[in-house]
Amino acid sequence: MSLSSLVIPLLLALVAAYGLGRRVDVYAALTRGAAEGLSVLLRVVPALVGLLTAVSMLRASGAMEYLSALCAPALDLLGIPPETAPLMLVRPVSGSGALAVGSELMAAHGPDSHIGRVAAVMLGSTETTFYTVAVYFGAAGIHKTRHTIPAALTADLTGFIASALAVRLFFGTG
Amino acid sequence: MAMAWIWSGMVVISLLFGLFTGNLDAVSAAALEGAGAAVELGVSMAGVLCLWSGVMEVMNASGLSAGLARAFRPLLRRLLPNASRDPETLAAVSANVSANLLGLGNAATPLGIQAARRMAAGCHGTASDELCALVVLNTASIQLIPATVGSLRAAMGSAAPFDILPAVWLTSVLSVTAGLAAARLLSLLDRRRP
Repeated sequence: MSLSSLVIPLLLALVAAYGLGRRVDVYAALTRGAAEGLSVLLRVVPALVGLLTAVSMLRASGAMEYLSALCAPALDLLGIPPETAPLMLVRPVSGSGALAVGSELMAAHGPDSHIGRVAAVMLGSTETTFYTVAVYFGAAGIHKTRHTIPAALTADLTGFIASALAVRLFFGTG
Repeated sequence: MAMAWIWSGMVVISLLFGLFTGNLDAVSAAALEGAGAAVELGVSMAGVLCLWSGVMEVMNASGLSAGLARAFRPLLRRLLPNASRDPETLAAVSANVSANLLGLGNAATPLGIQAARRMAAGCHGTASDELCALVVLNTASIQLIPATVGSLRAAMGSAAPFDILPAVWLTSVLSVTAGLAAARLLSLLDRRRP
């Protein structure tokens, strides 16, 4: 038994106990949230069918490796595994596309490999930038976005470089 | 429409590359496998994703999001000094940030849009510095528990799907900071120009 095995049971117990202490119907909230999770998934799966099909085809055709090799010199310089190049290209444009590429990378290299972990951290620490900008400025009636997109892409690029760095920091290069 | 072009492009490139490299058999098989894998992935992610969505909802119902929103107010007052003068905008922005932290995307977006609308009043269609900062804050992800990625790793057979949390937190903080710093710098450069 390791200490890290304590985290999830402890978190669940603490959240439940805290909620009960605040007189919250913990169980009803849990199932309400789970239903919400299911509806999120229901929206994602149709997109995944399209995108995972396309991503698998790209991988099998050899185009994915070609793209990685093309980006390799620049990415090596930044310390980013070149295999994640397709993920970084898709991430700012499509959330389900990034999920499809990420799952494909994990299937090919293993979820606990260096590449698998870097891909996971990239997915968890960045957002679908262009979609978010379009939704917010569309709703607010803004046409001139000024420096928003360059600044948001700076955040994404920093996130990608930092993902590789952080995984090396916490897990080594293995 | 952007996705229509991207998806079509991916399929056409696969066809051309497959013809060129002689991998067409593999491409054909991969298309059918990919579609099946998508549904399998959805099913194997479902349990963990629903569990964490449920836990987040319990935290939300217990008043954790309200507490987080209060905790972030001083920081947001410094980041968005003009917008913060309006108490309703400040409330919407801080609720937006705390919903993002808990990974409640469906709750975060309407709150953020409400704040953006109030901040855009009197902007005449041009984003103000603070509006840019608000959007950059939302395009950079800050999540305490990235449930989707965790459930993806669990579905892929990871030994400890959530062991990436510290790395995700560190990366998120660095990326948000870089985005906000870039926004400030670019707006200064913008103003220097005649």
